Amino acid sequence: MLYAILCYSDENVVGSWTKEEDDACLARLKVVQDRVAVEGRMGPVARLVPTTAATTLRKGREEPLVIDGPFAETKEQLLGFYTIDCASLDEAIDFAKELAAANPAPGSYEIRPVRLFRPGVLPA
Amino acid sequence: MTDLSWIEQALTAARPQAVAALLRYFRDLDTAEEAFQEACLRALKNWPKNGPPRDPTAWLIFVGRNAAIDSVRRGSRQEELPPEEKISDLDDVEGDMVERLDNSDYRDDVLRLLFVCCHPELPATQQIALALRIVSGLTVPQIARAFLVGESAMEQRITRAKARIAKAGIPFGTPGAVERAERLAAVAAMIYLVFNEGYSAEADTTAQRRPLCDEAIRLSRLLLRLFPTEPEIMGLTALLLLQHARADARFDADGTAVLLDEQDRTLWNRAMIAEGLALVDKAMRHRRPGAYQIQAAIAALHARAARAEETDWAEISLLYRALEQLQPSPVVTLNRAVAVAKADGPEVALDLIEPLAERLSGYFYFFGVKGNLLMQLGRNGEARAAFDRAISLARTPAEAAHIRMHLDRLGGARETKRRTTAKA
Repeated sequence: MLYAILCYSDENVVGSWTKEEDDACLARLKVVQDRVAVEGRMGPVARLVPTTAATTLRKGREEPLVIDGPFAETKEQLLGFYTIDCASLDEAIDFAKELAAANPAPGSYEIRPVRLFRPGVLPA
Repeated sequence: MTDLSWIEQALTAARPQAVAALLRYFRDLDTAEEAFQEACLRALKNWPKNGPPRDPTAWLIFVGRNAAIDSVRRGSRQEELPPEEKISDLDDVEGDMVERLDNSDYRDDVLRLLFVCCHPELPATQQIALALRIVSGLTVPQIARAFLVGESAMEQRITRAKARIAKAGIPFGTPGAVERAERLAAVAAMIYLVFNEGYSAEADTTAQRRPLCDEAIRLSRLLLRLFPTEPEIMGLTALLLLQHARADARFDADGTAVLLDEQDRTLWNRAMIAEGLALVDKAMRHRRPGAYQIQAAIAALHARAARAEETDWAEISLLYRALEQLQPSPVVTLNRAVAVAKADGPEVALDLIEPLAERLSGYFYFFGVKGNLLMQLGRNGEARAAFDRAISLARTPAEAAHIRMHLDRLGGARETKRRTTAKA
């Protein structure tokens, strides 16, 4: 079974780390990841840019709405995620709009730039 | 990382919102600061034992508020009753801890706290010092070090600023839309000042002043979180991030300033650039251009160029043109000329700056740019005159040294035409 592990923390605190503190934390996390990676079990890892850089696409009755800021509702649950390489935010929003059109369920797509990405070693 | 350092970081992160809310309750800066201080002491005692609360900010506001009320009550038994305005707002004191301030409360509280520091009667240096003390919670010695002044002088500066604010009165009403926009603009300008105070530093003081840049970015992010749909705040945050991303490349080992074109771009901070670029993208979608957004877009074009030669100077000169229309100033025109020189050649650029000669007659950079353009055109005699004038206007040894390098280059060109550059 594949598991996704989603990380939640206070970005104010993490964002106030010095480069040294941040590097040290990443290095410790890397040790944990590498142990799983040598066994061929590590999938993609991403670190997101702070939520201030987030944009949210909310499906409405007609045109989906583009909203500045992260997803803030609590009535919906996280069901999945995509990683996509785009030349601009507009391109990412367009892709999310296509997803929205293809999926009949109501909901939202939070679009977050990624600052660190490791593809991992898992076979498709 | 130990628990204690986590707690300290959480306290620092919570400070602006907590002090801002306490200021609304007590309507007095000193009381609000003391209440927060007391709450922090209790947090340091309490959190290691019981674990951190789910919402540290709400905890600190609640505990700080109660602690301050207790001390007002204790004081009132010994002294006269507290003045009406000190207790009038405290009826909901027993309200339970679960009470969460919603985002709009926080928003106006924090904006008020920041705005208090931007009082028009305060000179810029006092505004910055006050914001760093009250909002960021830097200690007086830390601020003094960043400003390169003595501690007692800084203490005085802050006390004087606080006294002025107390006299002028703090606006406690909920601001209307226009007022809120005005406050936001004033606060953005103050944050930019904080950044520049750290950024314009010389090599030997960068380490000391760097916290000012970090602090400005923190404040700007805070503002953006409170006003997530303001493109100018996105622009400001992006601008600070994209400029600060170059910090490690701005000086060489000898402490000589390294120009943008010559910087080692592998030293640029990629995480900051990623965030800055994302914010520029976000802001552009609003199609409501502003000065910070345009400057951020210019910085973004530099950041996107892997090598200096790949810089899109034509686009940069268009952006400076837009900035010039929005905020006409000879300095902006001078910057545009630098971009125009790269895109269209030195001749066009020289025509552009000629009309500025009178207004910028005492400006170091004007003569530096002028000398450079003349040098590119091979008008070495005139170039030398401009560089001499620049040296006489230099404010720092580093500025003078930089121009002398050009003069050396001119001299070198006269002696041996084939020598490539004098720069090591």
